[in-house]
Amino acid sequence: MARQFPREELFAPGHRGCAGCGAAIVARLTLKAAGKNTIVANATGCLEVMTTPYPETAWRVPWMHVAFENAAAVASGIEAAVKSLKRKRGLYEGEKVNVIAFGGDGGTADIGFQALSGAMERGHDMVYIMYDNEAYMNTGVQRSGSTPYMASTTTSPAGSVIRGENRPKKNMPMIMAAHGIPYVATASISYPEDFMNKVKKACEIDGPAFIQILQPCTTGWGYPAAKTVELGRLAVKAGIWPLYEIENGEYRVTYKPSKRISIEEYLKTQKRYRHLTEEDVEEMQKLINHKCQEMGI
Amino acid sequence: MQNVKVITGTSAAAEAAKLADVDVIAAYPITPQTTSVEKLAEFVANGELNAEYIKVESEHSAISACVGASATGARTFTATSSQGLALMHEILFAAAGMRMPIVMMNANRALSAPINIWNDQQDSISQRDTGWIQLYAENNQETLDLIIQAFKIAENENVLLPVMVNLDGFILTHTVEPVEIPEKEKVLNFVGQYEPKHAYLRPEKPMTQGALGDPEWYMETRHDVQKAQDVALNVIKDVHDKFAEKFGRAYGNGLIETYNIENAETVLITMGSLCGTIKDVIDELKAEGKEYGLLKIISYRPLPTEEIKEALKGAKNVAILDKDISLGLDKGALFTDIAPFLKDKKTVNYIVGLGGRDIRKANIKEIIEHTENEAKDTETKWIGLKE
Ligand SMILES: Cc1ncc(C[n+]2csc(CCOP(=O)(O)OP(=O)(O)O)c2C)c(N)n1
Ligand code: SF4
Repeated sequence: MARQFPREELFAPGHRGCAGCGAAIVARLTLKAAGKNTIVANATGCLEVMTTPYPETAWRVPWMHVAFENAAAVASGIEAAVKSLKRKRGLYEGEKVNVIAFGGDGGTADIGFQALSGAMERGHDMVYIMYDNEAYMNTGVQRSGSTPYMASTTTSPAGSVIRGENRPKKNMPMIMAAHGIPYVATASISYPEDFMNKVKKACEIDGPAFIQILQPCTTGWGYPAAKTVELGRLAVKAGIWPLYEIENGEYRVTYKPSKRISIEEYLKTQKRYRHLTEEDVEEMQKLINHKCQEMGI
Repeated sequence: MQNVKVITGTSAAAEAAKLADVDVIAAYPITPQTTSVEKLAEFVANGELNAEYIKVESEHSAISACVGASATGARTFTATSSQGLALMHEILFAAAGMRMPIVMMNANRALSAPINIWNDQQDSISQRDTGWIQLYAENNQETLDLIIQAFKIAENENVLLPVMVNLDGFILTHTVEPVEIPEKEKVLNFVGQYEPKHAYLRPEKPMTQGALGDPEWYMETRHDVQKAQDVALNVIKDVHDKFAEKFGRAYGNGLIETYNIENAETVLITMGSLCGTIKDVIDELKAEGKEYGLLKIISYRPLPTEEIKEALKGAKNVAILDKDISLGLDKGALFTDIAPFLKDKKTVNYIVGLGGRDIRKANIKEIIEHTENEAKDTETKWIGLKE
């Protein structure tokens, strides 16, 4: 199965990410699946900062960063330009150029939300990848609209009165699906074939595609660097991170854990949840059970 | 064969973008710019212009899309005004720093609060330090001519900076004037094709753009923009001269235009449509045997300080009229920028026309009178203020 993806690395080693950074895995797998004929627009955030300290770059495809909230708008311009140059000057004749935008959870669910919604609604042929580490990591782990319930971050700290983040995680894939775009999917860095297949499909589909990929972050979540892949897997197995796709409105689970593990097994591995009491964990488990039932997992 | 249309300033801007055969347009409506993007949408809808028109959801996205498109090698145009320009602010720096030759029409309009859709120049002045070249048009013909020139200036290999062409909201945007529309072939021949060598997004030759510039590198990029602005002084003049030769219309030396300045001890300095009113007053006073001069700034960034100094050699009193104000300093932008070079003259700052307050011939005469008589050196006076 894995053999269908090339050995060639379009995301170079030697970036400045933390040891065990899941964002690097997202970028590497994405480019493997998309291939060389790709142009990337990247929002401000960890991925951008760690990969392009001038004069170095980890990108072996054309890559552009403009600002925090506009990766989808920049990608819109790139896509429109490719179209225009194709039509007017015969550039990229018979070629498919993949336009891929990367944004963190903050750059996607919060500040970049408007630009993303606009780009999706306009139907640009692009793939938007939200690498979700569930907080603003680049500025030092602040909560975002995608931070999960009860996670402790520096702006949603667990204190004696407040139990970390007090709001549930924003449901980005369903919001994107509501835009009526042809392809929406969730993914995990710990299920690389599943993710790369989704990227491939998203590139092939004509029109906008949105993939949200859970990306464990050693620094923000508080776990040993070697455990990134394991944590990504635990999240899926606990049902906290269901893997599915919505293709032309058809919802399909792409991986169903044979037996769900308890939410506690996932939570206890991370410092951001260490303040949770037994009752908190119980409450979380109930919420997850309900969600899994809803999602058919 | 002459093709003269009686059109508004926004239509003139749209015609210019069409003549330059732009590849990508990304724009969002705002009064008094709206009619220009409507016109462009119409051109695209009717197949008169072969371009991608991105119907963005905000000005922030409009300029962001332009940066992406420009980096991909497309000739790119946008238009905005006031709050829209302010919303673009963050990305204006990026466009200049990344050396994207985007051309933008800005309909000069006041900024809130209170909300006000009428003309002053605070919006573009507030973008002064972004690195954009800023040109100001006196009338609709000049708007069209400047936008055509703007593409050639922006895309010049030694410049590669975005250009903002400003025209006064309503005064120009909504007033019809006869405008000569040049032939498309002639314009295309003049502007040539945009083919970036410095920055492009092409899979066959990957390039990283917009990298993280630490303290080792950041200052150099800002300095490079400064150098490009310096070079632009000559390029603007040169493009102007070539334009004048080819299309038969000239505007001073392209950077500044002087009017009756050689005969005058008292000279007024300003930008945009107000220059038309001032020229009329100068003519009237001349008929009475009184000599006054005007120095019109066309290029506000880069600011041609040498040319300005040279032009004002014979002047004793200089009245600088600003349609903007730096609050807390009580001075307008032109004054703060120019007065330091004119230490040997009486320089007076007039704050005029904020939020569309009328500036009549009588006001101009009042300014001249005041400058010559009671005004003190470096004084600021707000004209037409209800106190
Ligand atoms: C307009 C603006 N506001 C704030 C910032 C500061 N900032 C840079 S990156 C960032 C957080 C990024 O978080 P996210 O999008 O989740 O990506 P991550 O760093 O986690 O990869 C913030 C707040 C900025 N660059 N621009
Ligand atoms: S903080 Fe997290 S996302 Fe950022 S580089 Fe480190 S591990 Fe990666």
